[in-house]
Amino acid sequence: MATTISRRLPRPVSLAAWTLVVALGTVALGIVASARGESIDALWFIVAAVCVYAVGYRFYSAFLAAKVFALDPTRATPAERFSDGRDFVPTNRWIVFGHHFAAIAGPGPLIGPTLAAQFGYLPGTLWILIGAVLGGCVQDFVSLFCSIRRDGRSLGQMARDELGPIGGAVALIGVMAIMIILIAVLGLVVVNAMRHSPWATSTVAATIPIALMIGLFMRHLRPGRVLEGTAIGVVLLLAAVFAGGWVDDHPTLRSWFDYDAPALALMVILYGFAAAVLPVWLLLAPRDYLSTFMKLGTIVALAVAILILNPRVQMPALTQFVDGTGPIFGGNVFPFVFITIACGAISGFHSLISSGTTPKLLASERDARLIGYGAMTMESFVAIMAMVAACVLDPGVYFAINSPGGVVGADPATAVATISSWGFPVTVDQMSVLANQMGESTLFARTGGAPSLAVGMASIFSNAFGNTLLSVWYHFAIMFEALFILTTVDAGTRVARFMLQDLLGNVAPPLGRTSWYPSVLFCSAIVVAGWGYFLYFGTIDPLGVINSLWPLFGIANQMLAAIALCVATTVLVKSSRVRFAWVTVLPLVWLVAVTTVAAWEKLFSPDLRVGFLSHANDLAAQLEAGSLTGAAAAQAPQLIFNDRLDAALTLFFLITVWVLIVETARICHACLSGRRCPPLSETPHVQTRLVEG
Amino acid sequence: MRVAVQRIWALLREVTGDDAYERYLAHWRVAHAADGTKPLDRSSFYREEQRRKWDGVRRCC
Repeated sequence: MATTISRRLPRPVSLAAWTLVVALGTVALGIVASARGESIDALWFIVAAVCVYAVGYRFYSAFLAAKVFALDPTRATPAERFSDGRDFVPTNRWIVFGHHFAAIAGPGPLIGPTLAAQFGYLPGTLWILIGAVLGGCVQDFVSLFCSIRRDGRSLGQMARDELGPIGGAVALIGVMAIMIILIAVLGLVVVNAMRHSPWATSTVAATIPIALMIGLFMRHLRPGRVLEGTAIGVVLLLAAVFAGGWVDDHPTLRSWFDYDAPALALMVILYGFAAAVLPVWLLLAPRDYLSTFMKLGTIVALAVAILILNPRVQMPALTQFVDGTGPIFGGNVFPFVFITIACGAISGFHSLISSGTTPKLLASERDARLIGYGAMTMESFVAIMAMVAACVLDPGVYFAINSPGGVVGADPATAVATISSWGFPVTVDQMSVLANQMGESTLFARTGGAPSLAVGMASIFSNAFGNTLLSVWYHFAIMFEALFILTTVDAGTRVARFMLQDLLGNVAPPLGRTSWYPSVLFCSAIVVAGWGYFLYFGTIDPLGVINSLWPLFGIANQMLAAIALCVATTVLVKSSRVRFAWVTVLPLVWLVAVTTVAAWEKLFSPDLRVGFLSHANDLAAQLEAGSLTGAAAAQAPQLIFNDRLDAALTLFFLITVWVLIVETARICHACLSGRRCPPLSETPHVQTRLVEG
Repeated sequence: MRVAVQRIWALLREVTGDDAYERYLAHWRVAHAADGTKPLDRSSFYREEQRRKWDGVRRCC
C-alpha cells in the first residue's frame, strides 16, 4: 500500500495538472464545435478526445468504482477462487486489458463513423465522446462488475437470474439476430472493396492460404509459438499487398481476380461456410492472431501519422444532410447518428465479452475499472480516428466514394453533377486521377466505408511516411480491414452456430452436441444461409444494403446494450443502491428513446429511403402500374420481400426492447415496494489471499 | 539495458500468449504435481488450449 501512496503526485500538483487537462479539453472541444466554414486541424480532435477520456476515467470511473459498485479489493475474484490454470487464471491487469481490447475492437468503430460523417463531423464526434464516457464505458464496466460478482457468468445467464426466463431468452435471440445482420453487412463491406478490383481481391484472397499455412505451422511444426507464427504471417501479408499490385498489372492473372459484386458475395458465402466447418486451428485461430497484430499495429500507426502530419479536416461541422436527405443512408441526424455509430460510442456486444472470458482473468476487483471502463475509451479513440480519416478527405470525394449509384446516378458524370450541386464540388477527372493513384479502376459508389477509409488512411500514411506508394498504402488498408472483417465473419458464424445448436438441442438432443459433425454442418449451413441471404441480395439493391441493413445492425446492437443496462439497473436496485441507479438508467433511457424512434421511422416513415414499408409499397405500386422495366422489374419482387423482411425484424427488435423494459420496471418496482422478486444472485464475499500489488 | 530488453520480451510473450505452455507448467507444478499425473506435452496443451479458447463468444464487432 505504501508504494501506491508515495507514487501519487502531491495534491496541489495533481489539482493543477487536472485543471490543465480540463482547460485543454474545453478549448479543444470548443474549437471542434465552433468551427464554421473554415477547416480545422485534426490535432484538435485528438486533444479533445484524449482530454475527455482522461477526465471521464479519472473522475467518473473513480466515482463508479468507489461509490456505485464499491469495488472491494479484499474480495477474491472468480479467477482466484476457481483458479484452474486454464479458464480461471488471475492475470496481470495490463495483459487482461490487451486481451479485452483485442476482443472488443473489431471493424465496427471504423465503419460507423465513416458513414455518419455524411452529417458533418460534429454530431458523430460528440456522440462518440459523450456516448463512450457516459454510456459505453459504463455499460462495459457494469457488465464486468456484475459478472465478477457472479462467478464470471455470461450476460444471458445473468439476465435469466436477475430478470427471469423472458430476459434470458431475449438476450439469446438478440445475440443471434445481431450476428446474422452484422455478418451480412460486414460481408458486403468486403465485397464492395473487392468489386472489379483484381489488386484488392487477390490480396484478400491471399490472406486465406497465408492463414492456413500459419495454422499448420503453429499446429505441427512449432506448436503454440504465437510470436514466430505471427511474425512470418505479417511478412507474408505485406508481401501479398505488393504481389497484388503485380497481379493487377498482369493481363492474364488480372482476369482471374476480376469479379462483380454478386459473384464475390457467393465466394464470401462459400468461404464463410468453409471457415465455420473447418477445424479452428487451421483457419480461424491463425487468422485471429494475424488480424489482432495487424489491427493494433495499424491503429497505432494511424494515431502516430495523424500526430505527425496533423492533416486538416475538410468536412464541414454540419452538412445539410442532418435533415435526413443524406445520400449514404436516409434519415435525420436524430436518431440515425446514434444508430449508425454504435461501436465506438456504446456497443451492446461488449457486454458479452465483459461477461465472457475477461471476468475469469481479473486478479483483483479493482482492475475492473481499468479494463471495463478504460478499454472502451480506447475503442472510442479508434472511432475518433476513423472519423478524422473520413473527414480529411475532400467532401466531394467522400460523397462520390460512399454514395450508392441508385441515389446519385450510376454513371460518373451524373454522380459528380449531383454531388457538386449539393455544394461539394468534385469532378470526374479528380476521381479518375485519385482512382489511378490508388491503383483502382474506379472509386465511384464504393459504398460500405472501407474504401473511403482506405483512401483516407492511404493519404495520411503516404504523407506522413513518404509521399509515394499511395496505391500500396490503399491496398494495405483494404487488406487490413478485410482481414479482421473476415475474422469477425468466421468467429461470428461459429458463435451463432453454437447458439443455434444450443437452441436446437432442446428439441433434438443430438443436434445440441457441438462436436457431432452432421450437426455442425447442418447448423453452420443454416447460419451461413441466414447472413448469406442478406449479403447476396444486398448486392443487387440499388439503394445499397448499407441504407437498409446498417441501421438494423445499429438497432440490434443498441438493443443488446439495453439488455445489459436493464440487468445492471436491476442489480443496482436489488442491492439497495437505488440512489445510484441513474448511472445505468440515464444511458438506458437514451438508448430506448433512440432505438424506438429509429425503429418506428424505419417501419413507418413515408420517406422512401427510410421507411421499409413505404418503400415496399411504392415498388409494388410501380410494378403494378408497369412503370418498371427490364432488370428493375425482375428484381422488384425480391426487393419488396426484403423490405418486408427487414420491417419484420425491426418490429421484432422494437417489441423485444419494450418487453424487457416493462419486465425490468416490474421487477424493480416489486423489489422496491417489498413484494416478491427474484433474489440478488451475487456470490458471497470470500477474503482474497493474493498479495496486494 | 539487457534487463530492460529481457523484461520487454517477457511481457511481449505473456501478452501474446507465446509463453502459455511455460505458465501452464508452472501452474501444474504448484497445483497438480502431487497427484502423480503427468503434465500435457506442448503440442497437446496447445490443441486443448485452442479448443477451449474458441468455445464461446471471442470476438466482437
